[in-house]
Amino acid sequence: MLVLVLGSALLTSCKPKDSSDAAIGDAEKAYVAPGKYDEFYNFVSGGFSGQLSVYGLPSGRLFRVIPVFSVDPEKGWGYSEETKPMLNTSHGFVPWDDLHHTEMSQTNGEVDGRWVFGNANNTPRIARIDLKTFKTAEIIELPNSGGNHSSPFITENTEYVVAGTRFSVPADYSDGDVPINTYKQNFKGHISFVKVGKEGEMDLAFQIVTPGVNFDLSHAGKGKSHGWFFFSCYNTEQANTLLEVNASQKDKDFIMAVNWKKAEEYIKAGKGKKQAVKYVHNKWNEKTHSATSETKTEVLVLDAAALKDICYMIPCPKSPHGCDVDPSGEYIVGSGKLAALIPVFSFGKLMGAIKDKKFDGDYGGINVVKYEAALHGEVQKPGLGPLHTEFDGKGNAYTTFFVSSEVVKWDIKSLKVLDRVPTYYSVGHLCIPGGDSKKPFGKYLVAYNKITKDRYLPTGPELAQSAQIFDISGDKMKLILDFPTIGEPHYAQAAPADLIRNNGQLKFYKIGDNNHPFAAKGEKESKVTRQGNQVHVYMTSIRSHFGPDNIEGIKMGDEVYFHVTNLEQDWDVPHGFGIKGANTAELLIMPGETATLKWTPDRVGILPFYCTDFCSALHQEMQGYIRVSPAGSNVPLSFSLGTNLPAATK
Amino acid sequence: MKKTKISIVSKAILLVVAALFVGALFVPMWQIQLEAPQYPEGLVLRLHANKIGGDVDIINGLNHYIGMATLHTENFFEFAVLPYIFGGFALISILLIVIAKRKAILGFLIFYIFFVVLAAIDFYRWNYEYGHNLDPNAAIKVPGMAYQPPLIGYKQLLNFGAYSIPDTGGWFLTACGLLLLFIVLKEYQLFTKK
Repeated sequence: MLVLVLGSALLTSCKPKDSSDAAIGDAEKAYVAPGKYDEFYNFVSGGFSGQLSVYGLPSGRLFRVIPVFSVDPEKGWGYSEETKPMLNTSHGFVPWDDLHHTEMSQTNGEVDGRWVFGNANNTPRIARIDLKTFKTAEIIELPNSGGNHSSPFITENTEYVVAGTRFSVPADYSDGDVPINTYKQNFKGHISFVKVGKEGEMDLAFQIVTPGVNFDLSHAGKGKSHGWFFFSCYNTEQANTLLEVNASQKDKDFIMAVNWKKAEEYIKAGKGKKQAVKYVHNKWNEKTHSATSETKTEVLVLDAAALKDICYMIPCPKSPHGCDVDPSGEYIVGSGKLAALIPVFSFGKLMGAIKDKKFDGDYGGINVVKYEAALHGEVQKPGLGPLHTEFDGKGNAYTTFFVSSEVVKWDIKSLKVLDRVPTYYSVGHLCIPGGDSKKPFGKYLVAYNKITKDRYLPTGPELAQSAQIFDISGDKMKLILDFPTIGEPHYAQAAPADLIRNNGQLKFYKIGDNNHPFAAKGEKESKVTRQGNQVHVYMTSIRSHFGPDNIEGIKMGDEVYFHVTNLEQDWDVPHGFGIKGANTAELLIMPGETATLKWTPDRVGILPFYCTDFCSALHQEMQGYIRVSPAGSNVPLSFSLGTNLPAATK
Repeated sequence: MKKTKISIVSKAILLVVAALFVGALFVPMWQIQLEAPQYPEGLVLRLHANKIGGDVDIINGLNHYIGMATLHTENFFEFAVLPYIFGGFALISILLIVIAKRKAILGFLIFYIFFVVLAAIDFYRWNYEYGHNLDPNAAIKVPGMAYQPPLIGYKQLLNFGAYSIPDTGGWFLTACGLLLLFIVLKEYQLFTKK
């Protein structure tokens, strides 16, 4: 009897219903039929994977993972001789990094489909990925920095891509051998402005030195605020230990407004101080199919405390993270991780405050603008733990809340909350196609979640991160798809598919344009040469054989370089190359390309090699042998294709 | 014999015929379209008056599986002479305007039809040659299978569907024949009942 009473009490007093059934009924909106194309390309940062993944929206289908800052044995990235210089830094070869944010190039404030940039958060760098080849084309290192987090955000005509130091450190041009607890005296922040040329080539134009703080995120002004850049910063307490507590003391930290046009004037006027530093600039050459790494030794630095009208501090509650500018360029949204409201600043009011000198003292020599003087208003009780905001181009803003695990839609002008939806769970960044540009395509919103717990089948202690797509075309946000991602996605960008599909996508490299010094542009050019203990194999691959495929006369102690040229001149015919015992990786060679694998034989015998990419009906026949003889052996160097037959028996 | 002199309309048409012959030099005459599951976008071989065009390198690459000889413009004497023949036809058409005799035009029409038949036989012969003369060491050997493309129309060759049809120049040449026929019929007054 008691059991019955208890049981019915448990049944009737149920907990609030969970919302795992939220997507039912809208799932067909994410359906893209087999053979049909998605509406948008989605470029998603891979976080601690160091790579960039390319998805389709709204289907969530994964098309490609582009290796950027981490080695990728699948593609030979960082293993082939040609790609190794791309991962070179002033610390030498660095095989891993943490790619946090992506930003697509823009023209007139609109996404233009030429390049996408990515930042390395650990060893500070910026990469440029070419969207005709979907390949990392350039990487530039940033001196005087620790943790490049507030990057790679760009100005509205891609004049600059910026970087900021998350961990302020003593400048590279000063003595760094100082006690850690001298942060306030010796640690400095450096903001980098990297000029982007017409062909995309990057050049570190100048840096601005600031008091030591943690720079977190940034966004460029646009339209009326073009010429300004906004960086959020925390740890204005300047703590060097237990930041969790010690950097959370002040009610307000800052958004730093940077007048970069003014900074340009000062650079022109010679106010930049040349400082001796060391950083590298790595470039990929599509003609030689090789990368070069150049070490640079100088940077121009402007002092924000000395040149008073470059930087201004806007107080922002509390430990601001996201720093987002609306499509008009008038409103700047600061998201204080620990704040219970969202402040929205007005660019017009900020300009007025600067003009009328409505300052509230200074911070390390930088004028602090009065909070109210720059404030448009505050969104009251939006949620807990605001992080990032994107825009739909219809006057609405969408902010993610990590702690309360939700996306909240609000009106930019009236600051009224319009709608809220839960995410599963603890959303970080979000992405609306074009959502941080002048021209958002406000049809879908993707939330990138840090925790997935019970959302998918369990996979042991380590679980996937996830993306969730919402349809935002109506008044209410509707969850339409939920899918796991690679690595840990932070920021992502998306653009209409046609913009990239029709940008002159490369289908293969013309063999006639191949200027690789070890290319064999036809089977007749294939050969094996020896220079001391270095053996160079000029190898060709075409369906379905390597030329040569029988090589003898290799000796222990030799270093063998396989320079493999893919002779195919058609789309979607890559060849691979793998050889037994190689302690590097495979090569994956696109049509018309040459790639090199260094191989050091470790034993005497016959070692096979083969094509690793199923290239044709006779792919399994695409193989060869290399004979390794003892050091000092007199087996002559020889190579052949199709002629090394057994002697005829009588 | 005023009657045998051709009309001004026929002369104008002859001018068009001459222009079409010249035009046929600059556009492909014939095309063989190929479709396979691996080539949803299709491949095409285009036969110009003076060369083989289209995806010839890709098709040569594929044909090695079945042991078909590779296609090279310089292996066909036709591509050396056809431009002169079409140029000659254009000159003859102009000459016919000057001669202006219907008998001469009839003669040219008969000669042209004869040429077309000969060309078709030649084309068939090459198709046969390439379709049957296969390398005995080829990787793919299907007993009894030949890879001769159709003279005109559609045929399935293993995973490839081959569709052989005239290209722009071919239609120009067809138009030349029809226009010549029209002049002949008109000048011999076969349109009007006697």
